[in-house]
Amino acid sequence: MRRITPLAVLFAAFLFAVPTVAQMPAPARIAPAVLAPHASTFWLANGLQIVVVPDRRLPVVTHMIWYRVGSADEPPGKSGIAHFLEHLLFKGTEMFPAGQFSRRLGEIGGQENAFTSWDYTGYFQRAAKEHLPLLMAFEADRMLNVRITEEVVAPERDVILEERKQVVDNNPSAQFAEQMANALYQNHPYRIPIIGWEHEMRGLTRDDALAFYERWYTPNNAVVVIAGDVTEAEVRALAEQTYARVRVRAAVPPRMRPSEPPPRAPRRIAMTDPRVGQSSWSRAYMTPSYGSAKDGTAEALEVLGDILGSQTGRIYRALVVDRQLAAIAGAFYSGSGLDSGRFGLSATPRPNVTFEQIEQAIDAVIAAVVDEGVTADEVDRSVNSMLAASVYAQDSMGSLARIFGNGLMQGQTFEEIRTWTDRIARVTPEQVNAAARQWLDMRRSVTGTLARGDAQRPRS
Amino acid sequence: MTDPARLRLVKFLVLLLVAVLTTPASATTIERVVSPGGIEAWLVRETQTPLIAVEFAFRGGNAQDPAGKEGTANLVAAMLDEGAGELDARAFQDRMQRLAMQMSFSVSRDTFSGSFRTLTANRDAAFDMLRLALAQPRFEQAELDRVRAAVVAGLRRELTQPNTLAARAFSATVFPNHPYGRPPNGSLDTVAGITRDDLAAYHRRILARDELRVAVVGDIDPSTLASLLDRVFGDLPPRGARFPVHDIAAVGAGTWRLVDVDGPQTVIQFGLPGLKRRDPDFIAAFVMNHILGGGTFTSRLWTEVRERRGLTYGISTGLSPFDHAGLLVGATSTRNDRVAETLSIIDTELRRMAAEGPSTEELAKAKSFLIGSFLLRFDTSARLAQQLLAIQLDDLGIDWLERRNREIERVTMDDVRRVARRLLTPDLIVVMAGRPAGVTERRPGG
Repeated sequence: MRRITPLAVLFAAFLFAVPTVAQMPAPARIAPAVLAPHASTFWLANGLQIVVVPDRRLPVVTHMIWYRVGSADEPPGKSGIAHFLEHLLFKGTEMFPAGQFSRRLGEIGGQENAFTSWDYTGYFQRAAKEHLPLLMAFEADRMLNVRITEEVVAPERDVILEERKQVVDNNPSAQFAEQMANALYQNHPYRIPIIGWEHEMRGLTRDDALAFYERWYTPNNAVVVIAGDVTEAEVRALAEQTYARVRVRAAVPPRMRPSEPPPRAPRRIAMTDPRVGQSSWSRAYMTPSYGSAKDGTAEALEVLGDILGSQTGRIYRALVVDRQLAAIAGAFYSGSGLDSGRFGLSATPRPNVTFEQIEQAIDAVIAAVVDEGVTADEVDRSVNSMLAASVYAQDSMGSLARIFGNGLMQGQTFEEIRTWTDRIARVTPEQVNAAARQWLDMRRSVTGTLARGDAQRPRS
Repeated sequence: MTDPARLRLVKFLVLLLVAVLTTPASATTIERVVSPGGIEAWLVRETQTPLIAVEFAFRGGNAQDPAGKEGTANLVAAMLDEGAGELDARAFQDRMQRLAMQMSFSVSRDTFSGSFRTLTANRDAAFDMLRLALAQPRFEQAELDRVRAAVVAGLRRELTQPNTLAARAFSATVFPNHPYGRPPNGSLDTVAGITRDDLAAYHRRILARDELRVAVVGDIDPSTLASLLDRVFGDLPPRGARFPVHDIAAVGAGTWRLVDVDGPQTVIQFGLPGLKRRDPDFIAAFVMNHILGGGTFTSRLWTEVRERRGLTYGISTGLSPFDHAGLLVGATSTRNDRVAETLSIIDTELRRMAAEGPSTEELAKAKSFLIGSFLLRFDTSARLAQQLLAIQLDDLGIDWLERRNREIERVTMDDVRRVARRLLTPDLIVVMAGRPAGVTERRPGG
């Protein structure tokens, strides 16, 4: 018998201590489950919808109000007014004039902010639960009784102009994203940036903001989402004293949005800017969204987005790992627009790799999906990841509140939002393949490149 | 293996923060779990969600990058999940995806930290992946080249951004010839020169059990956690080998630097020497900073610079307590022709706070906010675990959550005035990245 050296003994012990992959436990299959099973919803007589998402772990609440109006509802020439109004609504109301609410929140240790999108505008606070009546009273007041004095308007317009400079114009990548969206939609207002075009922002007035406010801010055009240490009964009682007393300002006007014509030709943009340190390539396709298609297309595109776009997905594997053409590459599906979604592809070329090489490689990945389809295993893995993401999301009352708010603003019902995992779990490879064939159509797309160069006179 | 001393976290918070509370929250306890192998973790059991969150950190972040190899720690963090043990990068990533686990690593000046979440159903398999990543990363050349290419692309993008340029110039100005003054993720040159051996050396020196802190929140009992702690961290060396980093007081008082970058707006970073966490005035400084520029819509700088004059979209200040230095830093941005005006208002506000301190009402409201908003930091398992980890890294003690609001409450007007005079000296250090009109550099004594 051969002697075993101490080193070998150690090594053997090491081997036994570490299970091989075959010995490792198999990953659990995650079952689809209703999102936030204790959540509920109800309507007040004035048409306001309220969603309650109980989470008893901490005595705090997240209180959000979402209005069904966004930048895609702006009058022509007034781009940015939805967002400017959102800023001005922090300037005071009848009950809480001139910033008094922010000061009151400051005393109680509450946090607040707001956001504007193409399809909605939202306001939220987080605070200890006993302050919920104050939060509800404030938002009820802000719905109809804002008080904006002329002297606060000019400095706040300067603030949004600084915001645009900071977020967009100081960053060529952000300007490029703006140009991509503008080329993707030929007629729909999703082509206009939410924050607005600078030259139009400069002309926005108090009257513009108030006209927009009076048209859209009414209880029958809003959804309140309250997540945290509350019950539906508590919220109902508080709502009787606050939101239920808000009169209906007007019937909700129809959302008169220009729609897209059938796309006939692929579009291309090539942007150059001397501030670009790293070039990049992008493509976006106009697709259905959860709101615009109820036939499972959005769910199939969601799975396709993961199969192409995850860290183990086809785009990354082909462009970054196998062919080493790109330093970074991915894909995503965004199904959140009320009228349209988008499917995106992007890549950051490695040094000495041309945009043409990148584009050929990505086109080959897309062609393989369209021609040969995805595998059942790919679908299985992506579905499993998404079901897991839904479990993780339930750890955060803030995430749940946003999921419900977003979904309701974008054409989904409360029940559809809660049963999303059911529909995702039922997506088949055939549905993914059909979605890829139908929607990854070049005529629906814009392809863009961003490179360093003279901003006025592009090199190519 | 549970420490007998248990803290009733939420109960304390509720008693302290919330005078009238209709429903007391379920009692949550922080348990000190010590494994048979001597690894300690703070655990909050939370059975309402079927997941486990782990936050952990090793002391020694990018300040431990060897000179000339800046960016090493950042590359190690990016490489731990790119193949480990028997699993090559593809197999490792594939298995992570199938396990639906979340695992990432990040680096600060003083820490190398990890963030991990798993569904309880995959607990043992997911913890095993964490063990492999920490103890047996492969650092393969092909994967290093791939990850490096992504880091380089990120640097190329960042290094034309005024935010990054201002932040880098600011650190270099206040911490010359010190690890804190070097670029945190390295430069194009240093990242190009980092080898597999450099990664392995950093890994050996820093990822060791002697300076490890662990916090766990989720559906797991103490004895199971104790054995998993040994399993996950037990393979790491018992002792690390950290370079000595010396204490440094921020220098450059009165310096104004300009980084030329084209754009419509100038990014401004400003600051002064601050305090380390252990300084007896730290809490008073924290309260003072809240009033001055602490990030809510009511601070003095917010009111004067944004609300009254519309000079900026955002302005805030904060305390940065490092292990070996302290800073008070602020940031804002404004269009190029209003930089001088913005700086003058910032200067006026700092001088006013130093000379007069806050009003009685401001102090009372600030304390009330800081006490009342504390609970909001704990609203997810990961955020609660991050707080428990931060308390351990700052050595504040397992009873800190109970003591913290009392310490805020105890801060007096005299404390705040004293610390305002101490910190808010008239020698603001300013770095501007942009093309500001009518503003020139200042180099006192140089």
